[in-house]
Amino acid sequence: MAIIEIENLTKTYRVYQKREGLVAAIRGLWHREYRDVYAVRGINLTVEQGEFVAFLGPNGAGKTTTLKLLSGVIYPTSGTARVMGFVPWERHNEYRRRFALVMGQKNQLWWDLPAQESYRLHQQIYRIPPEDFQRRLDELSELLRVRELLGRPVRELSLGERMKMELIAALLHAPDVLFLDEPTIGLDVVAQHNIQEFLKFYQRERRITILLTSHYMQDVEALCKRVVVINDGVIQFDGSLDEIVDSFSGYRVVRLHLAEGQSAEGLARLAEVESIELPRVTLRCPRGEVARVLARVLEDYRIVDLSVEDPPLEETIARLYENARGENRQSLAAATEA
Amino acid sequence: MGTVTLPTKASIWWTIYRTALAERLAYRGDFALGTLMRFLPIITQIFLWWAIFDAAGGGAVGSTRLAGYSFHDMVAYYLLSMLGRAFSSMPGLASTVSKQIREGEINRYLIQPIDMIGFLLLGRVAHKTAYYAIAIGPFALVFFLCGNYFPAWPEVDVWVGMFLALVFAFLLGFFLDLCIGLIGFWFLEVSSLLFVYMLLNFFLSGHMFPLDLLPPFWRQAVGYLPFQYLAYFPAAIYLGKIPADQLWYHLGIEACWLVAVIAAARVLYARGLKRYSGFGG
Repeated sequence: MAIIEIENLTKTYRVYQKREGLVAAIRGLWHREYRDVYAVRGINLTVEQGEFVAFLGPNGAGKTTTLKLLSGVIYPTSGTARVMGFVPWERHNEYRRRFALVMGQKNQLWWDLPAQESYRLHQQIYRIPPEDFQRRLDELSELLRVRELLGRPVRELSLGERMKMELIAALLHAPDVLFLDEPTIGLDVVAQHNIQEFLKFYQRERRITILLTSHYMQDVEALCKRVVVINDGVIQFDGSLDEIVDSFSGYRVVRLHLAEGQSAEGLARLAEVESIELPRVTLRCPRGEVARVLARVLEDYRIVDLSVEDPPLEETIARLYENARGENRQSLAAATEA
Repeated sequence: MGTVTLPTKASIWWTIYRTALAERLAYRGDFALGTLMRFLPIITQIFLWWAIFDAAGGGAVGSTRLAGYSFHDMVAYYLLSMLGRAFSSMPGLASTVSKQIREGEINRYLIQPIDMIGFLLLGRVAHKTAYYAIAIGPFALVFFLCGNYFPAWPEVDVWVGMFLALVFAFLLGFFLDLCIGLIGFWFLEVSSLLFVYMLLNFFLSGHMFPLDLLPPFWRQAVGYLPFQYLAYFPAAIYLGKIPADQLWYHLGIEACWLVAVIAAARVLYARGLKRYSGFGG
């Protein structure tokens, strides 16, 4: 069952166009010139119940705008969206009781109070039955290992602890849909890992639908089977991570550990050499060539160990972004010429 | 989901109120000091009026009257207008609201099943509760010390009228300030607008001097504005400046203003949200 259906969703912001110079500034007091900036242009997307979807994209690509539209914080310029049958920006209380939005850069908890107090307020606002409330709070604080922090003012918590508290706040009413906007931003590796583990476990247990935006590839690799790449407000790619790697990285990375005394001479003729730090050598090899290159290497060189890997995901994604940008520019140029 | 019963609603309101109060009390020391410091200007103000009456009456302070106010009336008026202000002034409300709009903090009201305006109102009631808890001591002391400046103990309906006027003053002050804050949807920075508003408020509410001191034309003009209900009106009721037969008429006008300002706040909020772009992040 489709739980999120987005059709032709577009959001433009009107931005006041400032001109340089004093005269222009004074004229600007009467005649304001505006420019439309597209944040999201004509997005179509369907998400099934129980999916864990990652939104990837560079800054300003439209990821957060999409989440804001889906959580009803802003109105679209055109197009439609339904989440669990509700139009988000109508902000029905029934809808608002069934989803949650966590923004890594914003607090929902009361800064000067212990998280516990905010939770009690949530219990009232979301009308959570007392026994459910206690059970969920116990479970979540146990899973995230923050039980002893519940009574401490939020301002005294570390960033990682605070994010855990924010997650508890978002999950106490057991939402069916969860929107996560960069939940691990600014966290250290350990805290990031803890949150990933928690999200993975929780999503598997509850089968809730989660949409996540993140800049950290580890988040995406660890959590999401499906990846939606947004760039310049357009969906550039929708599929699995493996597919991204397959279609956007044309080469593989071959790492060699040479035997003692073995020189690296001649390797450059077989494949592009990325680095040489004897006894280690890294090669880049077009996908179709890997077997041939390896055969030659094994034949001509004494090798202690070797591995064949996909290039780092970051690199592939960056390439995907750049491709997309180039295409957009071309289509834009074509449009202006026409 | 069915309609929400009143006890459920009351329970939500109570929890919001309690939470907001707890937050207020997080910095009680600073808050208490700030509250007490606001009583200091009373002394200078009383001396100022003494000097004015002294100059106006050529040294005969006791027998001089200004627009029907004796020196005693004036001190009583000043203290009573302070009481009105204690209800109607909303320190930090407009600037907080516009800041929350600017920084996208209002998102949390939009995603939770609550009404932002109701939430802010309850928060402000908690704010005031904390303020009164601290200010009641100094207020009682000042009124006790200046007891003989006040006219005789008034009738019951004056008390009732004054009580209503104070509650209305609180609501009117809240919604006026809220409107200024909500303008933040259009102009992200409202501080200079707020400054103009506070300046007008200071003169036109009767906080600086009783409105009866104004020339007739201006007095009448100010009468068509809502500001007088924020400080002048409750004090004037107590001092008997409002004839008994006009008390309920004026309270009725004040209620109309209140409805109009609430409606304005609702319209600004609904329109503003359409423009809102959930800044930040």
